[in-house]
Amino acid sequence: MSPQTQTDSESFVLLRLAERRFAVAAGDIAELVAPSRIFRFPHHTKEIEGVILRRGRIVPVCDVAARLIGKSLLSRRFYLIAQRRYTNGTEWIALPVTGDCELIFAEMIPASEADLPHVSGWLSHDGDVIEVLNLNALTPGPNPTILPAPTEALQQEALS
Amino acid sequence: MRLPAPTKSQPVRTEQIILFRVSGQLFAVSSASVKEVRSVDTLSGAAKEIAQAGLRKVRHIVQRGEHSLYVVNGAMHFGLPPYAPALVFVLRHTRTALLVDGIEKMTTMTRLQALPQAFCNDERDWYRGVTAIDQTVVPVVKPEGFLTPDELFLLDSSLQSNEAAGAAPLGFKGAGLDPTIANDSPSEATLLESLPDVPVNSASDIPVNADPGAAPLGFKGAGLDPTPSTMDPASLPR
Repeated sequence: MSPQTQTDSESFVLLRLAERRFAVAAGDIAELVAPSRIFRFPHHTKEIEGVILRRGRIVPVCDVAARLIGKSLLSRRFYLIAQRRYTNGTEWIALPVTGDCELIFAEMIPASEADLPHVSGWLSHDGDVIEVLNLNALTPGPNPTILPAPTEALQQEALS
Repeated sequence: MRLPAPTKSQPVRTEQIILFRVSGQLFAVSSASVKEVRSVDTLSGAAKEIAQAGLRKVRHIVQRGEHSLYVVNGAMHFGLPPYAPALVFVLRHTRTALLVDGIEKMTTMTRLQALPQAFCNDERDWYRGVTAIDQTVVPVVKPEGFLTPDELFLLDSSLQSNEAAGAAPLGFKGAGLDPTIANDSPSEATLLESLPDVPVNSASDIPVNADPGAAPLGFKGAGLDPTPSTMDPASLPR
């Protein structure tokens, strides 16, 4: 690997969901942990299964498989704990995965407008083209922009 | 040579909480937020039914002096399966009386973690945060989160309609064990088949925690208190 290539390459963690692999920027990964007890309590955020206790923190568990591969995971081998950015800081979020994760260096091709919001780019590895995930779009969180209600918008249009 | 003075460790801030169950699910509430704990039976006769089709979790109201308390079915509020509530928490600084299964224990929490931002729906109004007690994660409820201002407006409107219609007081049947609270359309005959009336403001109804900073809780008829009018929190299971 040439120094130039090293400079251009970024590090990613490859994660496995059933037969497919996805990538997350390595800088967004906190750790990979064995599955532990999930604590569930009532809520209305359907993407969140519950929470786990990790290093004294309460970490939400978000099964992204349903969105990425079209089905929820029946079994899970690890939780990949990643950092999810919000407007007022970052928080950990646990992503269930079905196999080992791998650290790789690769060049990312940025996503185009045609790509889904949760795709931040693409990379090529071992003959596969792999989606690089944008966790901010993939996992739930408060909507950063509050759109005016339709009635308000109509009133504003009428005033202008 | 003078050694640096040893730094005094900050005392850990703690908050006394009540762990309680709704439909088997464990929750916590600050004990300072609970004005009274009553047996559901003791509300019989004091509760009036209100018809508010848009708000299934509130079916009854209790008049207390000038104020009216809305009796919120905790299981319905949280979307849990209907279960037999045995106790009512009268929540301080709210107009909510919350039906719960029972009290697990009283304990203290040393850390309240904000609800992770990944939770981004109604639950943000329901919970102050989450805490870990004995390696178990428990959501800490927000007393004012059981009834939103819009819901209170709906209920107040419904109450005014009911008063105009001259509704008669109705009692709870079987401490809410029957489907009269959970069922969407209970018959009036079922509701009227209530336990003997007990006035809400009976002699034993002395709130232990009259001011917010005081030791909280008055337990009335909840079967938890060996004495009729006072209660030692230490007597609760810990």
